[in-house]
Amino acid sequence: MDPISLWLPIVWATLIGAAVALYVCLDGFDLGIGILFPLEPSEIRRDTMMNSVAPFWDGNETWLILGGGGLFVAFPLAYSVIMPGLYLPIIIMLLGLVFRGVAFEFRWAAKPHHELWDIAFAGGSIVAAFMQGVVLGGYLEGIDVQNNAFAGGPLDWFGPFPFFTGVAMVIGYALLGSTWLIMRTEGPLADQARGWAKWLLLGVLVCMLVISLWTPLAFDRIAERWFTWPNILYLSPVPLLAFIFAFLCWHGLRSGREAMPFLSAICLFLLGFLGLAISNLPYLVPPSLTIWEAAAVPESQIFTLVGVLIMLPIILGYTAFVYWTFRGKVREGEGYH
Amino acid sequence: MEIDAVLLARIQFAFTVSFHIIFPSFTIGLSAFIATLLVRWRMTGEERFHRLARFWTKIFAVSFAMGVVSGVVMSYEFGTNWSHFSVVVGNVVGPLIGYEVLTAFFLEATFLGIMLFGWSRVPPTLHVASAVLVAIGTSLSAFWILAANSWMQTPAGHEIRDGIAYPVDWIAVIFNPSFPYRFAHMFTAAYLTTSLVVLAVGARYLVTGRFKEEAHTMLRMGLGMVAILTPLQMYIGDASGLNTAKHQPEKVAAIEAHWDGNKPGELVLFAIPDEAEERNLFSIAIPNLSSLLITHSWDGLFPGLKQYPAEDRPPVIPVFFAFRIMVGMGVLMLLIGWIGAWYWMRGRLFETRWYLKIAQYAWPLGFIAILSGWYVTEIGRQPWVAYGILRTADAASPVAASAVLTTLVLFFIVYLCVFAMGIYYINRLIEHGPKGAGAKTPEALPSRPLSAAHEAAHEAMEGN
Repeated sequence: MDPISLWLPIVWATLIGAAVALYVCLDGFDLGIGILFPLEPSEIRRDTMMNSVAPFWDGNETWLILGGGGLFVAFPLAYSVIMPGLYLPIIIMLLGLVFRGVAFEFRWAAKPHHELWDIAFAGGSIVAAFMQGVVLGGYLEGIDVQNNAFAGGPLDWFGPFPFFTGVAMVIGYALLGSTWLIMRTEGPLADQARGWAKWLLLGVLVCMLVISLWTPLAFDRIAERWFTWPNILYLSPVPLLAFIFAFLCWHGLRSGREAMPFLSAICLFLLGFLGLAISNLPYLVPPSLTIWEAAAVPESQIFTLVGVLIMLPIILGYTAFVYWTFRGKVREGEGYH
Repeated sequence: MEIDAVLLARIQFAFTVSFHIIFPSFTIGLSAFIATLLVRWRMTGEERFHRLARFWTKIFAVSFAMGVVSGVVMSYEFGTNWSHFSVVVGNVVGPLIGYEVLTAFFLEATFLGIMLFGWSRVPPTLHVASAVLVAIGTSLSAFWILAANSWMQTPAGHEIRDGIAYPVDWIAVIFNPSFPYRFAHMFTAAYLTTSLVVLAVGARYLVTGRFKEEAHTMLRMGLGMVAILTPLQMYIGDASGLNTAKHQPEKVAAIEAHWDGNKPGELVLFAIPDEAEERNLFSIAIPNLSSLLITHSWDGLFPGLKQYPAEDRPPVIPVFFAFRIMVGMGVLMLLIGWIGAWYWMRGRLFETRWYLKIAQYAWPLGFIAILSGWYVTEIGRQPWVAYGILRTADAASPVAASAVLTTLVLFFIVYLCVFAMGIYYINRLIEHGPKGAGAKTPEALPSRPLSAAHEAAHEAMEGN
């Protein structure tokens, strides 16, 4: 294989992986706010919760488009297999995002009769998060590919493992959401979020442990990746770091730190994501298509890569700028809406 | 079963894309309108521009949210429902969509945060700049989407190997033969649509005698745009039609319901095209006028539908009627624009009640024209999804019909729900008007744009 055909798919897989990881962290906390909505009955605090993410959610969700769009650009074959393979969970996930997305505006426009949009915001967020977990679980279980096309049925993804990853995703996003509230709000709401976060962190650790045991037991390729010498040595920092960040998160929650729980929860998520990537490389569609088999022609990958290299730093720059603009505590009744 | 799945996928795509296009059509123009208002406010210091900008920003936020969530759906449907399309033309179309995300989507989504919530957080100049960036983002988005869609109409700059399209010359791909015409046509349509909404809202306020100062500004700005853009749009549309005649003659034959290419084309004002009999029923037509318009010669010949095998023809009836609806809307826009301009020149625009009473209902014209125009061009391209490269019937995903039917029903319920509520809330915001919106709900007051804190900050700023 010539160097260009060898390296371009690696670069693109890294980029898409980074986009998906960023999506999971960024939209994760604002989906988490929606998941936590039912736990907070007071309207004014719900307003504060929503206001704490309102300026960011749209930009956050764009990473989902970059992830999906990037797959279309760089690996059209993988895109054409994964999307039909997980058809129902993906469409239902999108419909969940529709409800919670419009709720950001409709809820304010509907006031004082906004109860339905509270339900739409919470329900849409929970459905979207759960379905993202189902997509992940179904993806890990593998997609039936024959002659470079999806060859399975519409309910292939249905099963205990995707259901479990769905629940895990809801708990995980709720952890991100609650630690975000600790960092960005104050008073009773922040105290309450701290209480939620402790339980959610325990839930996330249980889920991560179960997935770490379930995947190697269920999939030989994953067991082989992690539990053969010398891989087990090289990969041991991943679980070790996960323990460290889980401890930091717990410590931050106990000792009243404001930013530490959120930042360590993000690191925990990134490590989980890295672990899953390690489990599956070099497959883009496990266990059928590698990143090289699914790659678009170099002309297409290079053309868009030029745009990515120019635009990505700019995008990251102005995203950081917007976060900086809306920094500081969101106070009750002092939203920007 | 397989045919059913393709048909269901087509219905689903038509439904979701029709729903989606309504919002960008409006927000492309509206973001530019808001940016213009803000710039004028900064330059003149006149409060009415500021009040109007705040008012329209609220409506923009609701419309934009609906556009975003329905747009995310579109970017995934290429894969979920049209996976073979993604494989065959993904190398060419994919990067265009990728550039849309990189240059446009992030820009508008990110600066939207400052535009909506930054009124009192950032210096006014930065806020105005954010509104301008959002407007640029929406326009760039249209640029890339029209490039991708135009390539599907008139593919260029590619080569086919083993049935798959590969890019050869990106400039030729982006600036494919129909792109400049179709982009100009859509872009003007978006501005025209928004102008009509602004004009109609201004007229509505004057009819009921509310918000007079703002209504005058809206009427002048909306009407000025409609009066100038409508004839321009007709000219662009004509040029686009000539371009289509050159590159997609079947589509023009369907538009004109022109069956026999050996005779000069008559301009069919009304007819019911009979696709089985290959002729027009109940035809009211002006002889030779179609030839004159398309070939610029009284006896000029252009291809008729009979020259193409039946399986290569687009469906005639929807293309034929959608085109006439679009042109009809254009004529109405011209009447509204020019009659209004005539009264305006005579200084009687704001007092001519019969005109205002009609103009307040002009807001849907642009949307109807855009939807029917897109039906003309998209149905007119059938049976191809990528003209000459891939047939629609071969482009679908291997997804079971039952699954597509399930999602189609879900889309139908969710979108109708969201659409109905969105229109209801927009109407309510318009009803509240530029000053009052939000003030009627005391518990929401602190968190609405006209918050006490901001009012204070604003007054302090005015004091300077």
